[in-house]
Amino acid sequence: MAEPGHVPGAGSSAAIASERARREMLRDARVTSRGGVRPRIGADALCEAILLQGSDTIWGYPGGVILPLYDVLADHPGLRHILVRHEQAAAHAADGYARASGKVGVCLGTSGPGATNLVTGVGTAMLDSVPMVAITGNVPNALIGKDAFQEIDITGITLPMTKHNYLVRSADEIPYVIAEAFHIARSGRPGPVHVDITKDALMGETAATHPSAADIEAGLPGYRPKVDGHPRQIKLLAEAIAGAHRPVILAGHGVLIAGAERELLELARAAQIPITWTLLGIGVIDEKDPLAYGYMGMHGWKHVNRAIQSADLLIGIGMRFDDRVTGNVRTYAPKAKIAHIDIDPAEIGKNVVADLPIVGDAKHVLDALLPLITKVDPAIRTDYFAELATWRTESEGSSWHGSGGFRDGVLSADFVVDRIAAGSGFDANLTADVGQNQMWVARYGAFRRPNSHISSGGLGTMGFALPAAMGAAVAVPEKVSWAIAGDGGFQMTLQELATVVQERIPVKIALMDNKKLGMIRQWQEIVYAGNYHSEQLAGPDYLKLCEAYGLPAWKVSTPDQADAAVAAALAEDGPALIWFEIAERQNVYPMMPAGKGLSDLIDKWGDDGEDVTEGDAGPRLDPMHPTEGGPK
Amino acid sequence: MSVGTSARSLPGSGEERRHLIVAIVNNKPGVLNRVASLMRARNFNIESLAVSVTERSDTSRMTLTIVGDEVHVEQAAKQLYKLIDVLKVQDVTDDSTVEHELALIKVRATKRSRPEIVSVAEMHRAKVVDLGDEAVIVEVVGEPADIDALVELLREFGIKELVRTGSVVMSRGSGSIEEQVKR
Repeated sequence: MAEPGHVPGAGSSAAIASERARREMLRDARVTSRGGVRPRIGADALCEAILLQGSDTIWGYPGGVILPLYDVLADHPGLRHILVRHEQAAAHAADGYARASGKVGVCLGTSGPGATNLVTGVGTAMLDSVPMVAITGNVPNALIGKDAFQEIDITGITLPMTKHNYLVRSADEIPYVIAEAFHIARSGRPGPVHVDITKDALMGETAATHPSAADIEAGLPGYRPKVDGHPRQIKLLAEAIAGAHRPVILAGHGVLIAGAERELLELARAAQIPITWTLLGIGVIDEKDPLAYGYMGMHGWKHVNRAIQSADLLIGIGMRFDDRVTGNVRTYAPKAKIAHIDIDPAEIGKNVVADLPIVGDAKHVLDALLPLITKVDPAIRTDYFAELATWRTESEGSSWHGSGGFRDGVLSADFVVDRIAAGSGFDANLTADVGQNQMWVARYGAFRRPNSHISSGGLGTMGFALPAAMGAAVAVPEKVSWAIAGDGGFQMTLQELATVVQERIPVKIALMDNKKLGMIRQWQEIVYAGNYHSEQLAGPDYLKLCEAYGLPAWKVSTPDQADAAVAAALAEDGPALIWFEIAERQNVYPMMPAGKGLSDLIDKWGDDGEDVTEGDAGPRLDPMHPTEGGPK
Repeated sequence: MSVGTSARSLPGSGEERRHLIVAIVNNKPGVLNRVASLMRARNFNIESLAVSVTERSDTSRMTLTIVGDEVHVEQAAKQLYKLIDVLKVQDVTDDSTVEHELALIKVRATKRSRPEIVSVAEMHRAKVVDLGDEAVIVEVVGEPADIDALVELLREFGIKELVRTGSVVMSRGSGSIEEQVKR
């Protein structure tokens, strides 16, 4: 036998390519020595393309096949690479970076596990319409499909959770694909785009030039987001607004993405309409504005949900009527006509029937609508607004918030959120985790500025807060960035403490430790008749943990310690953590049990620090088959 | 406790029927996977799917049949449109169209039954394309309902194999969905 070894199909071109690729996986890949002039390779084109798109930060983690990129990163000094401790955090950080700044976030991982670790963060960005470009390396072309080391079909995995994805097999494709990926990620309804690049594409020499924005648009005949609403529909909306007696605006993330906060306020003022918001719509209006009515939905304010249920016209702008917002659609806003403005035609008519659909960008549509609005004399709304004000007083008064409810020395979560927000001059970026802490931030964060609230709404990803707050801190260094996390979510991604220390990212972490999976405990108490399981959560001594990581930290167990700790954390130049030992059994109220409607809120406010005991749980409510007679 | 008495109607509580959707897509690797994956993820069931290249080599044409009510199918079409590689989507169910499908049916045959099979085939404007001692292959092109009818008739002889292409459809008249693709 002339050919030694056991090469399948030896001598064929496929076999030769595969052998060459296997050798390439291992050999020293550097194209020339440091001193010499080296040719431009695919990895250079990638760095150039990212910089050209206006992003200056990559959140990443190296690995075998992505090493050619790390080999040239130092030659592109405008691009800051931040080494995370887990790729999931890279994706969340890119997400937080994008949400806080409006720029496209970039994250990076190697093939196989590096890529699969990114997936949770990519899915999080998808559900919340966050512009992101996720880049992964892949094995050399000839090894694709051979189950090579760290090979997985990652484009197959990200396909259903990205706006678009690519497998790039040659260096020449890189400039075009990256430019197109950024364009798709940020335009229309934004979302994550995944670009998987083979090792040989990263290493290949290329002279490919970067395309213009016009080239990119011309090359996408199947992608023309519709930004202008139909004039006839907009006219109908103006008429509906003129005829409405109890109109309510439901503002969502789309308003922030479009940058339509000013137009929204103008509409609300001209037509005298109260503004309510979804979880991701927080920040569309200064919460101190007289027309800012509050946060809606499952854990929203009772007065807000009441206003929606009694409205005769709902104007949904850049939101999608998801189940946390509507509850049971059958009983949702039974008297209201629904106008729905969204840039994504597929959102209209998906969850609720829209009486007045308008496809378009929130800013464009509102711009076209405003000249058609007849100015409403506030006197006409006197009765309506008086009723809303009464409801608001009732609902806020029954909350602990602002009522000195942190009684008997017990530290309540709403108080903690309030002190963090106030201590930061109501100007910080607050990034929530998922669960009770997320709802407390949404309810009590008192947001006054767009894009200052960052939260994993759609996917509800625990572990989001710390890495996303890192992203926000790097994107908007002039603002304080808080990560407000429960002890559950914090323990999912606390490895990033090392990242914030190494990179001196000045994130302030508020750990809301109730030694529980609080939302799980709340559901087991209310919905599962006190049948508790797996809700007790042990954690480390967080002061020792922070000491080990080299992070200044304070412990707060009583209300009187809170302000001083917040001030001390803010006085630090770098990252810091406050360990708040909050009440162990505080629930988020009101609460709309799954399957119920907005008028069926459980509204039970405790009169002491521990608001509900296990023995006082009330009858069992099946979340799938809710019956009457549950706790009301 | 709800405030009003009238219940809000839900999207898509209308009558279910079979819809024909035509999609013009980029002729690139993975596009079929994108379409199939989307339909699965969004809980739409594809009854049949036919794909081929169009007059332009850079685009393909898909004909999908989906069962659902108006809103359900409209949602499927809107979701399809969101795919970057999908250039044009049209629900042609209520248009005046030519809808054809091709089927190959391998029928068990004996010397005695063979002439009968051939005559059943001819009555349905089908062709016998292979004639063996123990089986014949019948090829038929036509509307799905006509093919159903022929299959029923041939069933009594015993069907060994059946393959159908799924419907392909084209609107009558001079209009062209492919010309509507904006470039």
